[in-house]
Amino acid sequence: MTANGSSALGATVPEEVAFAQEVPRGEPILEVRDLVKHFPLTKGILLKKQVGAVKAVDGVTFDLMQGETLGIVGESGCGKSTLAKVLMNLEPATAGSVRYKGQEISRLSGAALKAVRRNIQMVFQDPYTSLNPRMTVGDIIGEPYEIHPEVAPRGDRRKAVQDLLDVVGLNPEYINRYPHQFSGGQRQRIGIARGLALKPEVIICDEPVSALDVSVQAQVINLLEQLQSEFELSYMFIAHDLSIVRHISDRVGVMYLGKMVEIGTDAEIYDHATHPYTQALLSAVPVPDPTARESRDRIVLTGDVPSPANPPSGCRFRTRCWKAQDRCAAEVPLLAAPFWLGGAARHDSACHFAAEREVGQSAAEREVGQSAAEREVGQSAAEREAGKAGSGAD
Amino acid sequence: MTTAVDSTRSKRDAPYEGPLLDVRDLHVEFVTRDGVAKAVNGVDYSVRAGETLAVLGESGSGKSVTAQAIMGILDMPPARIPRGEIRFRGRDMLKMGKEERRKIRGQEIAMIFQDALSSLNPVLSVGFQLGEMFRAHQGASRKEARDKAVELMDRVRIPAAKQRVNDYPHQFSGGMRQRIMIAMALALEPDLIIADEPTTALDVTVQAQVMDLLAELQAEYNMGLILITHDLGVVADVADKIAVMYAGRIVETAPVHELYARPAHPYTRGLLDSIPRLDQKGQELYAIKGLPPNLLRIPKGCAFNPRCPRAQDRCRAEVPELYPVTEDDGAPLAGRGSACFFWKETLHDR
Repeated sequence: MTANGSSALGATVPEEVAFAQEVPRGEPILEVRDLVKHFPLTKGILLKKQVGAVKAVDGVTFDLMQGETLGIVGESGCGKSTLAKVLMNLEPATAGSVRYKGQEISRLSGAALKAVRRNIQMVFQDPYTSLNPRMTVGDIIGEPYEIHPEVAPRGDRRKAVQDLLDVVGLNPEYINRYPHQFSGGQRQRIGIARGLALKPEVIICDEPVSALDVSVQAQVINLLEQLQSEFELSYMFIAHDLSIVRHISDRVGVMYLGKMVEIGTDAEIYDHATHPYTQALLSAVPVPDPTARESRDRIVLTGDVPSPANPPSGCRFRTRCWKAQDRCAAEVPLLAAPFWLGGAARHDSACHFAAEREVGQSAAEREVGQSAAEREVGQSAAEREAGKAGSGAD
Repeated sequence: MTTAVDSTRSKRDAPYEGPLLDVRDLHVEFVTRDGVAKAVNGVDYSVRAGETLAVLGESGSGKSVTAQAIMGILDMPPARIPRGEIRFRGRDMLKMGKEERRKIRGQEIAMIFQDALSSLNPVLSVGFQLGEMFRAHQGASRKEARDKAVELMDRVRIPAAKQRVNDYPHQFSGGMRQRIMIAMALALEPDLIIADEPTTALDVTVQAQVMDLLAELQAEYNMGLILITHDLGVVADVADKIAVMYAGRIVETAPVHELYARPAHPYTRGLLDSIPRLDQKGQELYAIKGLPPNLLRIPKGCAFNPRCPRAQDRCRAEVPELYPVTEDDGAPLAGRGSACFFWKETLHDR
């Protein structure tokens, strides 16, 4: 049993806690395989009968490497926050596996679960609702120590909290203040300090800056990056702001309707995207440069995201895709590197027709997209049923 | 009643030449238990027909309060307007009677709010809420109102409008609800639309659809548009000119291309510099230090001085007015102004 001295803030890890072995940089610290989270839809009050399920996360596979930042992007409802909750074990997984340092954690309970949770912490989106207004900052940041007293003995807690305040750039004398006495950016720093309290190795950041003012976002991003290099943290960074995700991430995964549709390094995703959804998402982001206004080649998707309770058969993006063919309705595309592509374009992409986008073609593409959408509107209910049965079978 | 109808008609006959909306030295304060919060401290801006003015600022900069003052929907008290003029087609709306202002609201100036779900009434169908505009302002019958509602929903491209007119707000997606808000604002064909963060709550792909629709309709009806936002990307996409607000004042005005190419105020420059750029990957982002000011205690002198890299003693003592920005040889730059003593130096910073 080796004491893991390198974990954040340099405390020794007691022997009863497993997961103490070091993972070298670049090796997976978190391995997620075919992770599924379905929320049942029930009918009736007394005799509840399941009539369906919201397929929030439906077969997601990826690795989080030691010391890296994995960005997860996607529209609201794509399952990225549910994914975070399942990884944290706040929601039990319906199926699939999550391995932390090689050990299965998705079905743990009791003391073993408690030990894992110490190592995977979360920073929440809204610093206004994620801090208890009746607790002082000292109590909020120190509360994790109540649950894991082995990290900081009772007498050392005040000191530990003050150290944490200092680490996140707040005055340690603020320890007795209440959340309402802080601004949004400062509250997010408190949330980050709480996330760091147990010296975790993985931090899941769910939209950590989207509730903050523009001029304060950069401060918090810089803080997260500085903490990462100081404490060798691995981040899963969930956000919808694509430029921030690119700035902070080593790799980026794109989610759509409960599936990972494309994953690769930041350059592979941003400069060589091969999945039509990624291409549309990237082209829709407003660029803060008015000279780009005329030259912009935007793919405007028609329609809305379909309901995750009744996703389209085959490829889930096909109802909004300008490339959709019959094959897309019949066959679920696998997340794999397309063998027909080379160079940076050859990274995992779940599309039968994965290809880099040829600029200038988009006007024609868009028209095709329109008619694909119209086809979908006219699709019969029977076909939808068939689609449902098809996706249930796999 | 009749006079109001007449004035509407004469407005349609004789096209008005000057700016549609002209805000002059507007001040808005809120009286709170802890003191007077000065939300807007002397704002000037104007919009012409067909023009898009983007008002850029963080929360607490006074951008939304200014819009609410223009619409006349501020709760007074606690709000009060100690000074200023809001001229619509040359007439000061602050001097008008309640009834006259009510005629302008909705009919000539309409507003689109950020959060469509909380702006729509959850217990009334969208068709009823859209039709209400025609029944209240034009005395349309129920049947006529419903037909017009369907027509409007078609115009903002809500699919199957006829079948969906009796649906309730919760049955629509976020993007569709925002379209309904736009339809409602367009209903009486106003001359000016104020859109307060119209796409902030939406996903990027839907945001693109909604902004495109808004721009298209604006061109079709030759409306003036005031777009209130904090998103530098959206502004770059649609604005003609920009007013940057900080602590209740306009700190910089400029045509859109000029602002992004050569900002003349350190705050604007800081905002632009803190956008993550490709070539900066792996480096620290530029961050404006400190926090936006508390409106109860706005710093003395220039409100931005505690956060400004350029601040001198003068900035802490005197409030800079909005100086016209010129080229080095004194050649004027149309529409440009900066409330910084050192605008010249900032303009040349690169």
